[in-house]
Amino acid sequence: MSAALALLSRDLRLGLRQSVDVVIVVLFFLVAGILFPFAIGPEPRILAQIAAGVILVMAALSALLSLDRLYQPDFEDGSLDGLVLAPLPLEIVALVKALAHWLSTGLPLIVAAPVLGLMLNLPGPAYLPMLAALALATPILSLLGGLGAALTLGSRRGGVLLTLIILPLYVPVLIFAVAAVDAARLGFGGQETFLLLLAAMALTCLALTPWATAAALRQAVS
Amino acid sequence: MVERKFSEDALFEGRRLACQRGERLLFQDLDFVLRTGQALILEGANGSGKSSLLRLAAGLARPAFGGLFWGGAPIGKDAEAHRRRLLYLGHADGLKAGLTVYENLDFWARLTGVTTPLDDALDSFDMAPLADLPARFLSAGQRRRLALTRLSLRPAQPPVLWLLDEPTTALDAAAQATLLALIRRHLVEGGLAMLASHDPLPGLDAQRLRIEDDHAEAAV
Repeated sequence: MSAALALLSRDLRLGLRQSVDVVIVVLFFLVAGILFPFAIGPEPRILAQIAAGVILVMAALSALLSLDRLYQPDFEDGSLDGLVLAPLPLEIVALVKALAHWLSTGLPLIVAAPVLGLMLNLPGPAYLPMLAALALATPILSLLGGLGAALTLGSRRGGVLLTLIILPLYVPVLIFAVAAVDAARLGFGGQETFLLLLAAMALTCLALTPWATAAALRQAVS
Repeated sequence: MVERKFSEDALFEGRRLACQRGERLLFQDLDFVLRTGQALILEGANGSGKSSLLRLAAGLARPAFGGLFWGGAPIGKDAEAHRRRLLYLGHADGLKAGLTVYENLDFWARLTGVTTPLDDALDSFDMAPLADLPARFLSAGQRRRLALTRLSLRPAQPPVLWLLDEPTTALDAAAQATLLALIRRHLVEGGLAMLASHDPLPGLDAQRLRIEDDHAEAAV
């Protein structure tokens, strides 16, 4: 337990010391999101319609932006050997790493999302479902992203490969997250169902990805 | 009177080991036997497979042929027990440039279950004056010394098998002497050590294993 905390506090401390990385992710999320009103035009109705989709797609791309520093630095400086050999099970290492990634990327994105929502004219009733959907979707991104980062360790152009592996897996998350926001925005109701489905996906990822990530990490160091 | 910390009958063996990296066979038919209180120095040219042998011994990689045995049982049978009994220091230092000297050591200490204060360990390689310095400002030798400081940590269950990859690289004479003294104490306490080194390591009573250059023999 204290070993897991040591790893979490090390990763968070490193994240804070290099806080420019976090700022870049959030800025990318906002700036790239703001491009849409310029490209599509300021028609409020259209913006309201695409807002949820834009926010969730931008969150995915922003989270992917930071995945290359999840395992790559540890792999290069030899810490990964130490983590693989540590008394701590490697599955827990994978879980802690994903948690650190979520705290330093997912959480700031959730905080920044309402700003983007304002700029995209997201209607008032849709904010809460949008935040709930993000709160469920970003951990999935961190968990799946950790797996992708572990799988592409040591390969050339790993970042691009990682994106190609992860984004297709993100499609169902996107569908249900946007459906939840739209249900609230159009007043259909039933957003809870979509959010529950998202929660089920998050739990599935939580249960399965640490094992797969640990196997990929063992492969990477051998 | 020396106090034996480890059991008397430790036995670490490699039998008919072969290691393949990519398409190349690094070595084959390699045997070694290491008992309580013994050290083994791996010698050989660059790229002959010294580091690879250490990674096999750590269980990080698997041999292409042959096996590694602890007390007669394959190390893969209880991989967790093997991980707990070894301390592996690779040629990469495993240090984070953004953390201070103390934070770096503290992380490895907490990860491996060390609960005692780190002052003694920091003193061993004279890192205490640099404790608050971010590791990015350390010289190559200082980085190495910080990595080696992990040898002085005293976990509740101290690792009996030390696997050190080029531990003397970039070390000055004083630090080399400290390292040798630490290794000797570890051996006297009944520990085992495997080292890859180009340095002669004077004063260390050890077996030597020469890994032959097998470059001509490409794997088919």
